[in-house]
Amino acid sequence: MGCGRVGARVASELEADGHEVAVIDYDARAFLLLPTDFRGRKIVGNGVDKEVQRNAGTPAADIFMALANGDNRNAMAAQVAKHLHGVPRVVARIFDPERAEVYRELDVRAVNPTVVVTDLVREAAFGA
Amino acid sequence: MYIIIVGGGKVGAQAARELVASGHEVTVIDPVPAKVDGINEELGQIAVRGDGTEVRIQAEAGMNRADLVVAATGRDEANLAVCQVAKRRFQAPVVIARINNPKNEEIFKVLGMDITVSATQAILAQIEQELPSPPLIRLLTLHASEFELVEVVVPAEAPTIGLPLSALELPPQALVSLIIHPDGSPEVPTAETRIEAGAGVMAVTLPQHEADLRRALTGAG
Repeated sequence: MGCGRVGARVASELEADGHEVAVIDYDARAFLLLPTDFRGRKIVGNGVDKEVQRNAGTPAADIFMALANGDNRNAMAAQVAKHLHGVPRVVARIFDPERAEVYRELDVRAVNPTVVVTDLVREAAFGA
Repeated sequence: MYIIIVGGGKVGAQAARELVASGHEVTVIDPVPAKVDGINEELGQIAVRGDGTEVRIQAEAGMNRADLVVAATGRDEANLAVCQVAKRRFQAPVVIARINNPKNEEIFKVLGMDITVSATQAILAQIEQELPSPPLIRLLTLHASEFELVEVVVPAEAPTIGLPLSALELPPQALVSLIIHPDGSPEVPTAETRIEAGAGVMAVTLPQHEADLRRALTGAG
Protein backbone atom coordinates (compact mmCIF):
# COMPACT_ATOMS: atom_id res chain seq x y z
CA MET A 1 0.00 0.00 0.00
CA GLY A 2 1.37 3.37 -1.07
CA CYS A 3 2.94 3.54 -4.49
CA GLY A 4 5.29 6.44 -3.97
CA ARG A 5 9.00 6.27 -4.70
CA VAL A 6 9.63 3.73 -1.98
CA GLY A 7 6.51 1.68 -2.62
CA ALA A 8 7.07 1.53 -6.37
CA ARG A 9 10.70 0.55 -5.95
CA VAL A 10 9.97 -2.13 -3.39
CA ALA A 11 7.18 -3.51 -5.59
CA SER A 12 9.35 -3.77 -8.68
CA GLU A 13 12.31 -5.26 -6.82
CA LEU A 14 10.17 -7.88 -5.12
CA GLU A 15 8.58 -8.79 -8.43
CA ALA A 16 12.03 -9.08 -10.00
CA ASP A 17 12.93 -11.42 -7.13
CA GLY A 18 10.08 -13.66 -8.23
CA HIS A 19 7.34 -12.66 -5.79
CA GLU A 20 3.75 -11.97 -6.75
CA VAL A 21 3.02 -8.34 -5.88
CA ALA A 22 -0.12 -6.19 -5.83
CA VAL A 23 0.01 -2.43 -5.20
CA ILE A 24 -2.68 -0.18 -3.73
CA ASP A 25 -2.75 3.59 -4.07
CA TYR A 26 -5.64 6.02 -3.94
CA ASP A 27 -4.15 7.95 -6.86
CA ALA A 28 -3.93 6.03 -10.14
CA ARG A 29 -1.20 8.42 -11.31
CA ALA A 30 1.08 6.95 -8.65
CA PHE A 31 1.34 3.76 -10.72
CA LEU A 32 3.35 5.74 -13.29
CA LEU A 33 6.28 5.31 -10.92
CA LEU A 34 6.23 1.55 -11.55
CA PRO A 35 8.37 0.15 -14.34
CA THR A 36 6.44 -0.31 -17.58
CA ASP A 37 6.90 -4.08 -17.46
CA PHE A 38 5.41 -4.41 -13.95
CA ARG A 39 2.94 -7.29 -14.15
CA GLY A 40 1.37 -7.14 -10.69
CA ARG A 41 -2.12 -5.92 -9.96
CA LYS A 42 -2.71 -2.23 -9.38
CA ILE A 43 -5.66 -1.34 -7.20
CA VAL A 44 -6.93 2.22 -6.89
CA GLY A 45 -8.45 2.87 -3.50
CA ASN A 46 -7.99 3.74 0.14
CA GLY A 47 -5.55 1.14 1.42
CA VAL A 48 -6.83 1.48 4.98
CA ASP A 49 -10.21 0.19 3.88
CA LYS A 50 -10.84 -3.48 4.58
CA GLU A 51 -12.71 -4.03 1.31
CA VAL A 52 -10.04 -2.34 -0.80
CA GLN A 53 -7.48 -4.56 0.87
CA ARG A 54 -9.64 -7.57 0.12
CA ASN A 55 -9.85 -6.60 -3.56
CA ALA A 56 -6.07 -6.52 -3.63
CA GLY A 57 -6.00 -10.11 -2.42
CA THR A 58 -4.81 -9.30 1.12
CA PRO A 59 -6.47 -12.32 2.78
CA ALA A 60 -4.16 -14.59 0.78
CA ALA A 61 -1.06 -12.43 1.22
CA ASP A 62 2.03 -13.58 3.10
CA ILE A 63 3.23 -10.03 3.70
CA PHE A 64 1.47 -6.65 3.75
CA MET A 65 3.53 -3.46 3.52
CA ALA A 66 2.17 -0.04 4.40
CA LEU A 67 4.51 2.43 2.72
CA ALA A 68 2.33 5.52 2.26
CA ASN A 69 3.34 8.87 3.65
CA GLY A 70 1.26 9.13 6.80
CA ASP A 71 2.34 7.27 9.93
CA ASN A 72 -1.22 6.91 11.13
CA ARG A 73 -2.50 5.60 7.82
CA ASN A 74 0.33 3.10 7.61
CA ALA A 75 -0.20 1.91 11.16
CA MET A 76 -3.92 1.48 10.66
CA ALA A 77 -3.60 -0.22 7.26
CA ALA A 78 -1.04 -2.66 8.64
CA GLN A 79 -3.30 -3.54 11.57
CA VAL A 80 -6.34 -3.98 9.31
CA ALA A 81 -4.28 -6.41 7.21
CA LYS A 82 -3.06 -8.24 10.28
CA HIS A 83 -6.22 -8.42 12.36
CA LEU A 84 -9.03 -8.39 9.81
CA HIS A 85 -7.33 -10.35 7.02
CA GLY A 86 -4.94 -12.48 9.05
CA VAL A 87 -1.77 -11.53 7.18
CA PRO A 88 1.06 -13.17 9.15
CA ARG A 89 3.66 -10.46 8.64
CA VAL A 90 2.96 -6.76 8.30
CA VAL A 91 5.48 -3.99 7.69
CA ALA A 92 4.81 -0.28 8.15
CA ARG A 93 6.89 2.78 7.48
CA ILE A 94 6.57 4.95 10.59
CA PHE A 95 8.53 8.22 10.59
CA ASP A 96 7.99 9.02 14.27
CA PRO A 97 10.53 6.88 16.22
CA GLU A 98 8.40 6.75 19.36
CA ARG A 99 5.28 5.64 17.55
CA ALA A 100 7.36 3.11 15.62
CA GLU A 101 8.24 1.61 19.00
CA VAL A 102 4.57 1.51 20.04
CA TYR A 103 3.63 -0.42 16.90
CA ARG A 104 6.55 -2.82 17.25
CA GLU A 105 5.07 -3.86 20.56
CA LEU A 106 1.83 -4.49 18.67
CA ASP A 107 3.60 -6.90 16.31
CA VAL A 108 3.81 -4.51 13.39
CA ARG A 109 7.28 -4.51 11.85
CA ALA A 110 7.80 -0.79 11.91
CA VAL A 111 10.57 0.62 9.74
CA ASN A 112 11.70 4.03 10.88
CA PRO A 113 13.28 6.19 8.15
CA THR A 114 14.09 8.98 10.61
CA VAL A 115 16.49 6.82 12.58
CA VAL A 116 17.96 5.21 9.48
CA VAL A 117 18.55 8.50 7.68
CA THR A 118 20.00 10.11 10.80
CA ASP A 119 22.56 7.33 11.01
CA LEU A 120 23.41 7.65 7.32
CA VAL A 121 23.77 11.42 7.56
CA ARG A 122 26.12 11.09 10.52
CA GLU A 123 28.08 8.44 8.72
CA ALA A 124 28.37 10.64 5.62
CA ALA A 125 29.48 13.62 7.68
CA PHE A 126 31.90 11.97 10.09
CA GLY A 127 32.61 8.51 8.72
CA ALA A 128 35.82 7.47 7.10
CA MET B 1 -11.84 13.77 36.29
CA TYR B 2 -9.01 14.81 34.02
CA ILE B 3 -10.02 14.47 30.39
CA ILE B 4 -7.85 14.96 27.30
CA ILE B 5 -9.60 15.63 24.02
CA VAL B 6 -7.60 15.29 20.82
CA GLY B 7 -9.16 17.30 18.00
CA GLY B 8 -10.61 20.74 18.53
CA GLY B 9 -13.12 20.80 15.68
CA LYS B 10 -16.87 20.94 16.17
CA VAL B 11 -17.06 17.60 17.99
CA GLY B 12 -14.01 18.13 20.20
CA ALA B 13 -14.90 21.73 21.07
CA GLN B 14 -18.46 20.83 21.97
CA ALA B 15 -17.30 17.94 24.15
CA ALA B 16 -14.87 20.33 25.88
CA ARG B 17 -17.62 22.90 26.45
CA GLU B 18 -19.92 20.38 28.11
CA LEU B 19 -17.21 18.68 30.16
CA VAL B 20 -15.88 22.01 31.44
CA ALA B 21 -19.42 23.07 32.28
CA SER B 22 -19.90 19.93 34.35
CA GLY B 23 -16.77 20.69 36.34
CA HIS B 24 -14.11 18.47 34.77
CA GLU B 25 -10.54 19.42 34.09
CA VAL B 26 -10.09 19.36 30.32
CA THR B 27 -7.21 19.75 27.87
CA VAL B 28 -7.82 19.97 24.13
CA ILE B 29 -5.00 19.21 21.67
CA ASP B 30 -5.21 20.45 18.08
CA PRO B 31 -2.54 21.40 15.54
CA VAL B 32 -4.51 24.32 14.09
CA PRO B 33 -3.77 27.66 15.84
CA ALA B 34 -7.16 29.16 15.01
CA LYS B 35 -8.99 26.29 16.69
CA VAL B 36 -6.75 26.43 19.76
CA ASP B 37 -7.19 30.19 20.06
CA GLY B 38 -10.96 29.96 19.64
CA ILE B 39 -11.29 27.38 22.41
CA ASN B 40 -8.95 29.27 24.73
CA GLU B 41 -10.90 32.47 24.21
CA GLU B 42 -14.16 30.81 25.02
CA LEU B 43 -13.22 28.35 27.76
CA GLY B 44 -10.03 29.69 29.32
CA GLN B 45 -6.54 28.35 28.68
CA ILE B 46 -7.39 24.70 28.14
CA ALA B 47 -6.27 24.11 24.54
CA VAL B 48 -2.72 23.42 23.36
CA ARG B 49 -1.22 23.24 19.89
CA GLY B 50 0.23 20.02 18.65
CA ASP B 51 -0.15 16.66 16.95
CA GLY B 52 -2.06 14.64 19.51
CA THR B 53 -0.85 11.35 18.04
CA GLU B 54 2.70 12.11 19.18
CA VAL B 55 4.06 10.67 22.39
CA ARG B 56 5.75 13.94 23.39
CA ILE B 57 2.62 16.03 22.90
CA GLN B 58 0.55 13.56 24.89
CA ALA B 59 3.17 13.61 27.65
CA GLU B 60 3.12 17.41 27.78
CA ALA B 61 -0.65 17.39 28.02
CA GLY B 62 -0.40 15.18 31.10
CA MET B 63 -1.60 11.96 29.54
CA ASN B 64 -0.08 9.96 32.40
CA ARG B 65 -2.70 11.30 34.78
CA ALA B 66 -5.66 11.39 32.36
CA ASP B 67 -8.75 9.51 33.47
CA LEU B 68 -10.30 9.63 30.04
CA VAL B 69 -9.11 10.28 26.49
CA VAL B 70 -11.40 11.35 23.70
CA ALA B 71 -10.06 11.01 20.14
CA ALA B 72 -12.34 13.36 18.24
CA THR B 73 -10.55 14.28 15.05
CA GLY B 74 -12.12 13.94 11.63
CA ARG B 75 -9.65 11.24 10.58
CA ASP B 76 -10.10 7.70 11.82
CA GLU B 77 -6.45 6.72 11.39
CA ALA B 78 -5.45 9.63 13.64
CA ASN B 79 -8.07 8.67 16.22
CA LEU B 80 -6.79 5.11 16.26
CA ALA B 81 -3.21 6.34 16.74
CA VAL B 82 -4.26 8.68 19.57
CA CYS B 83 -5.90 5.79 21.41
CA GLN B 84 -3.12 3.29 20.83
CA VAL B 85 -0.38 5.69 21.94
CA ALA B 86 -2.42 6.75 24.98
CA LYS B 87 -3.04 3.16 26.00
CA ARG B 88 0.40 1.73 25.26
CA ARG B 89 2.56 4.59 26.47
CA PHE B 90 0.47 6.14 29.21
CA GLN B 91 -1.88 3.35 30.28
CA ALA B 92 -4.86 5.63 29.75
CA PRO B 93 -7.68 3.85 31.57
CA VAL B 94 -10.48 4.67 29.13
CA VAL B 95 -10.31 5.85 25.54
CA ILE B 96 -13.24 6.99 23.46
CA ALA B 97 -12.76 7.14 19.71
CA ARG B 98 -14.87 9.02 17.24
CA ILE B 99 -15.36 6.99 14.08
CA ASN B 100 -16.02 9.01 10.97
CA ASN B 101 -16.35 6.17 8.49
CA PRO B 102 -18.58 3.37 9.80
CA LYS B 103 -16.52 0.88 7.77
CA ASN B 104 -13.71 1.42 10.26
CA GLU B 105 -15.71 0.39 13.29
CA GLU B 106 -14.59 -3.24 13.06
CA ILE B 107 -10.86 -2.59 13.33
CA PHE B 108 -11.36 -0.29 16.33
CA LYS B 109 -13.32 -3.03 18.09
CA VAL B 110 -10.85 -5.76 17.19
CA LEU B 111 -7.97 -3.63 18.49
CA GLY B 112 -9.74 -3.23 21.80
CA MET B 113 -10.65 0.43 21.84
CA ASP B 114 -12.96 0.84 24.83
CA ILE B 115 -15.72 2.94 23.37
CA THR B 116 -16.33 4.00 19.81
CA VAL B 117 -18.78 6.63 18.72
CA SER B 118 -19.82 6.72 15.10
CA ALA B 119 -21.65 9.89 14.21
CA THR B 120 -23.00 8.31 11.05
CA GLN B 121 -24.39 5.35 12.96
CA ALA B 122 -25.83 7.61 15.65
CA ILE B 123 -27.57 9.71 13.03
CA LEU B 124 -28.91 6.64 11.24
CA ALA B 125 -30.22 5.20 14.50
CA GLN B 126 -31.85 8.52 15.26
CA ILE B 127 -33.45 8.65 11.83
CA GLU B 128 -34.76 5.11 12.19
CA GLN B 129 -36.24 6.02 15.54
CA GLU B 130 -37.89 9.13 14.17
CA LEU B 131 -39.24 7.50 11.05
CA PRO B 132 -42.92 6.69 11.21
CA SER B 133 -43.17 2.94 11.31
CA PRO B 134 -44.02 1.45 8.89
CA PRO B 135 -42.61 4.08 6.55
CA LEU B 136 -44.44 5.63 3.71
CA ILE B 137 -42.16 6.10 0.76
CA ARG B 138 -42.78 8.97 -1.61
CA LEU B 139 -42.13 7.58 -5.07
CA LEU B 140 -42.87 10.59 -7.24
CA THR B 141 -44.88 13.75 -7.54
CA LEU B 142 -47.32 13.50 -10.38
CA HIS B 143 -46.69 15.82 -13.24
CA ALA B 144 -48.89 18.91 -13.39
CA SER B 145 -50.88 18.03 -10.28
CA GLU B 146 -50.52 18.21 -6.52
CA PHE B 147 -50.86 14.46 -6.14
CA GLU B 148 -48.00 12.18 -5.32
CA LEU B 149 -47.47 8.47 -5.71
CA VAL B 150 -46.47 6.71 -2.51
CA GLU B 151 -45.77 3.17 -1.40
CA VAL B 152 -46.61 1.60 1.92
CA VAL B 153 -45.49 -1.92 2.81
CA VAL B 154 -47.96 -3.67 5.07
CA PRO B 155 -46.20 -4.97 8.19
CA ALA B 156 -46.87 -8.51 9.41
CA GLU B 157 -48.78 -7.40 12.47
CA ALA B 158 -50.97 -4.72 10.82
CA PRO B 159 -54.58 -4.86 12.09
CA THR B 160 -55.78 -4.15 8.55
CA ILE B 161 -54.63 -7.53 7.23
CA GLY B 162 -57.52 -9.46 5.71
CA LEU B 163 -59.73 -6.40 5.28
CA PRO B 164 -61.00 -5.51 1.80
CA LEU B 165 -60.05 -2.09 0.47
CA SER B 166 -63.72 -1.10 0.68
CA ALA B 167 -63.55 -1.46 4.47
CA LEU B 168 -60.65 1.01 4.83
CA GLU B 169 -61.23 4.66 5.59
CA LEU B 170 -58.98 6.18 2.95
CA PRO B 171 -58.45 9.95 2.98
CA PRO B 172 -60.40 12.01 0.43
CA GLN B 173 -59.19 11.68 -3.15
CA ALA B 174 -56.72 8.94 -2.21
CA LEU B 175 -56.60 6.17 -4.75
CA VAL B 176 -55.07 2.74 -4.21
CA SER B 177 -53.70 2.11 -7.68
CA LEU B 178 -51.58 -1.00 -7.51
CA ILE B 179 -50.82 -3.84 -5.13
CA ILE B 180 -47.56 -5.74 -5.29
CA HIS B 181 -48.11 -9.12 -3.66
CA PRO B 182 -45.34 -10.48 -1.42
CA ASP B 183 -44.38 -12.87 -4.25
CA GLY B 184 -43.72 -9.85 -6.47
CA SER B 185 -46.77 -10.14 -8.71
CA PRO B 186 -48.73 -6.94 -9.36
CA GLU B 187 -52.49 -6.55 -9.21
CA VAL B 188 -54.78 -3.66 -10.04
CA PRO B 189 -56.96 -3.74 -6.96
CA THR B 190 -60.72 -3.63 -6.75
CA ALA B 191 -62.91 -2.79 -3.75
CA GLU B 192 -62.80 -6.49 -2.81
CA THR B 193 -59.00 -6.82 -2.85
CA ARG B 194 -57.82 -7.68 0.64
CA ILE B 195 -54.81 -6.27 2.46
CA GLU B 196 -52.15 -8.89 3.04
CA ALA B 197 -48.99 -8.90 5.12
CA GLY B 198 -45.88 -7.87 3.21
CA ALA B 199 -47.81 -6.44 0.28
CA GLY B 200 -46.65 -3.18 -1.24
CA VAL B 201 -49.54 -0.79 -1.65
CA MET B 202 -49.07 1.98 -4.21
CA ALA B 203 -51.45 4.85 -3.81
CA VAL B 204 -51.99 8.32 -5.15
CA THR B 205 -52.69 10.91 -2.51
CA LEU B 206 -52.35 14.56 -1.58
CA PRO B 207 -49.19 15.31 0.47
CA GLN B 208 -51.21 16.56 3.44
CA HIS B 209 -53.00 13.21 3.65
CA GLU B 210 -49.90 11.01 3.81
CA ALA B 211 -50.25 10.25 7.51
CA ASP B 212 -53.96 9.46 7.20
CA LEU B 213 -53.30 7.14 4.29
CA ARG B 214 -50.59 5.28 6.19
CA ARG B 215 -52.91 4.87 9.15
CA ALA B 216 -55.78 3.66 6.95
CA LEU B 217 -53.61 1.05 5.25
CA THR B 218 -51.60 -0.26 8.18
CA GLY B 219 -53.51 0.80 11.27
CA ALA B 220 -50.29 2.30 12.64
CA GLY B 221 -50.15 5.85 13.99
